[in-house]
Amino acid sequence: MKINQPRIFANPASAHLVATSDATNTVCGQINRRTFLKIAGISGGGLVLGVCLGGPSRAVASASNILASDFAPNAFIQISPDGSIVIYSKGPEIGQGIKTAMPMIVAEELDADWSQVRVEQAPINTAVYGRQSAGGSRSIAMSWDQLRYAGAAARSMLLTAAAERWGVAASECTTRLSTVIHTGSGRRLKYGELAEDAAALPVPGETSVTLKQRKEYRLLGTRVGGVDNRAIVTGQALFGIDQVVPGMLYAVYEKCPATGGSVASANLDQIRALDGVRDAFVLAGNGLTTELMPGVAIVATSTWAAFAAKQQLRVSWDESDAATDSWSDAIAQATALATKPGKETLVEQGNVDDAFEHAAHTVEAFYTYPFVSHAPLEPQNCTAWYQDGAIEIWAPTQTPDSGIELVAHTLGIETDRITLHQLRAGGGFGRRLMNDYMCEAAAISRHVGAPVKLQWTREDDMAHDFYRPGGFHSLKAAVDSSGKLSGWQNHFITFSADGQIPTSRGDIPDGEFPAPLLANYRLTQTLLPWKTPTGPWRAPRSNALAFVEQSFLHELAIAAGRDHLEFLLEVMGEPRWLQPGDDRSLNTGRAAAVIKLAAEKSGWGRPLPAGRGRGLAFYFCHAGHFAEVAEVSVDPNKKLTVHRVTVAGDIGPIVNLSGAENQCEGAVIDGLSTMLGLEITLEQGRVQESNFGQYPILGIAATPHIDVHFIQSDFPPTGLGEPALPPLAPAVCNAIFAASGHRARTLPLSREGFRT
Amino acid sequence: MLNLTVNGIAHSIDVDASTPLLWVLRDDLGLVGTKFGCGKSFCGACTVHLNGKPVRSCSVPARSGVGQAITTIEGLASKNGTLHPLQEAWIEHDVPQCGYCQAGQIMSAAALLERNPVPSDADIDDAMQDNLCRCGTYVRIRKAIHSAAAKIANKGDQV
Ligand code: FES
Ligand code: FES
Repeated sequence: MKINQPRIFANPASAHLVATSDATNTVCGQINRRTFLKIAGISGGGLVLGVCLGGPSRAVASASNILASDFAPNAFIQISPDGSIVIYSKGPEIGQGIKTAMPMIVAEELDADWSQVRVEQAPINTAVYGRQSAGGSRSIAMSWDQLRYAGAAARSMLLTAAAERWGVAASECTTRLSTVIHTGSGRRLKYGELAEDAAALPVPGETSVTLKQRKEYRLLGTRVGGVDNRAIVTGQALFGIDQVVPGMLYAVYEKCPATGGSVASANLDQIRALDGVRDAFVLAGNGLTTELMPGVAIVATSTWAAFAAKQQLRVSWDESDAATDSWSDAIAQATALATKPGKETLVEQGNVDDAFEHAAHTVEAFYTYPFVSHAPLEPQNCTAWYQDGAIEIWAPTQTPDSGIELVAHTLGIETDRITLHQLRAGGGFGRRLMNDYMCEAAAISRHVGAPVKLQWTREDDMAHDFYRPGGFHSLKAAVDSSGKLSGWQNHFITFSADGQIPTSRGDIPDGEFPAPLLANYRLTQTLLPWKTPTGPWRAPRSNALAFVEQSFLHELAIAAGRDHLEFLLEVMGEPRWLQPGDDRSLNTGRAAAVIKLAAEKSGWGRPLPAGRGRGLAFYFCHAGHFAEVAEVSVDPNKKLTVHRVTVAGDIGPIVNLSGAENQCEGAVIDGLSTMLGLEITLEQGRVQESNFGQYPILGIAATPHIDVHFIQSDFPPTGLGEPALPPLAPAVCNAIFAASGHRARTLPLSREGFRT
Repeated sequence: MLNLTVNGIAHSIDVDASTPLLWVLRDDLGLVGTKFGCGKSFCGACTVHLNGKPVRSCSVPARSGVGQAITTIEGLASKNGTLHPLQEAWIEHDVPQCGYCQAGQIMSAAALLERNPVPSDADIDDAMQDNLCRCGTYVRIRKAIHSAAAKIANKGDQV
């Protein structure tokens, strides 16, 4: 019962490459030096080209010697004599569209006929591909040069091969749609006809290939459909959950609902006797939430047999070390702390007290946002096959590279004993940066000595996440007599596992808004004890901080009697980089441009009927500048309708316009869904929500009209999985105020009585 | 033995008849296009047709499919491989992000168009509200349904 898709790679080349490169010379992905690596001419002729940025020539030379006779799929481009072109996409596809965007970049520089290109998921081999993970909206930014050179080098070799065959100068030739054309005579050769000759040529160095100017792009910036769309709409096997291997068993894993609990006893004999159950056993785990926590594994002959047995499972947990976290307690404690100064001062800049003393107006407010879960629609799963001291893994993961390390640590084996296949993921949102499910599957497969597919239930997924941490901000700020923002103070109440530093993504990073834009600023912090794991959730930190900061800024504009647009532009000030020399930092000129664009496109300032209002917000994160305007109405019973959201963004040049617009639309809906009704509460260390009934992901009916506008600047491109999300919540809250006079300071809005 | 007819093909399956249809489709028949999202009728990822009516296959026992025509996403295109107008529209509007919910979305939409060939936005809201898309592709889902409906109507006119 082997499935064709996803492909199972034998992948013999990766071991060689790793083996011939020592630790210091496998640093791919850095863009200070660029080395092109021709891996091998494939059997039967053709061109396979891999590119390693920053890799030294010694590793390259030895690799190509060893691999001269191998078929090695671990490269970006494969052109066969029959004309077929395969482009390998190196990064995990989690819905961000990278499996289409990355090959588009290669195809642009290659001048390949996109309609004839086939895209395949690359095997994991960081020695060849460099970074192979999806997080921080970094995939495009970190691969832009690498992928462009990969395409351009191959194009140059094909062009040289044609010129040599014709006996003309390469400068007389050009390329278009997978064809080399001799401009003088109009002679043409298809890439396939040149593949064999091109494979015999030396790979050009970085200085001898010319990259296209943006105005020469034919493919980049257009709307291209996802390369897997046809397979998706016809139900082909693509996702992690679809993986099947011969002789596979099905596993579930039950962990203590309170993090840190271990198994005291369980009715294992009873479970083993159930229909279809092959084994049930306790794994002690290694105590790491990112790897393997204690639990009970049930291995069965089908998913349902395993699920049904799990319902019969009775575990008595030893909770002496387990979390006792309570969200209601946290709210009570934070509310009590709100009026007190923070325990530690993190930033003290200028003279805040003086600014308050001389203020025309001061505003104080207390903002709260909850823990939330990632809840990708495909619950966590992983297929693993341990045999003879080695393991093969098929996983939907955002971080295949670090997954290998974690499995190695969990099992106590070397990383070269692990082969990992990355499969399409049914959503990520940061959840699959963690590979706990991968470690669990690996340990279960080793225990039973058979291939297993571990399948989490939705309830498992909601109970064992690395949640976006909740938080509390007690704010005070001032505007002076000229109506200018003059001082800002924040007592931030967050959570900590060790009493020293905030829990993962529960911190306020250096240089957070509005510190770099304001003379008088103070940030203090108090930590509440917390044990339940937290982690990056789409636009980590920013997803919550934007709500607080950009809502409060609107409160100040109101207090000053100023138009929000004008006030916000004034806060941004003169066009400049906030970290001079760093083109991934906030540029106030780019910020002002997207703010103005969003305002203009949304009809900012134009009158609206009573009960309707517009709200504006800007946020910068992940090198992306985004402003959004929401138009909402609120009726007397707090029924909220979001009619329209206008998005304006600057992330540099757009790779795939359709994909980019899709990410923005998705970010708006995700932002709305989360702010309206999503909240993970805990009591006694246990997550109280268990499925979508209590964690109501937004349905289609509440979808607003969404307009997306990009400023395609010439700054380096960056990713779009995250930066369009943060401004949504404050834009909607500011619009609610404009529509109703109600200031929403607590998320989700269901807590304030709003409904859709 | 459980006898099921899926996408026009009769199967005799050695499985407990109380197993949810979803898992029989996925694990026993290898029809993995139908997805598991919640297991409790909340998300719609597992939507298939029983005699043309949309059901949540995670929450119906396989035995209730006996004697019925079961259609899954794999069987929505015609036998000669021509895609259903919804599948075409989904590609044309580049609807998917992660793609995981889309089989269920398309199956719900197909059942909608069967009973209501020209749905309004409100009809779409009604029929599709419980098909959750965690990635938020609703704008495009709506467009694709309207565009498929228009295509079907045009074809009908030509006949
Ligand atoms: S899996 Fe059936 S409705 Fe969610
Ligand atoms: S496309 Fe990802 S859940 Fe719908």
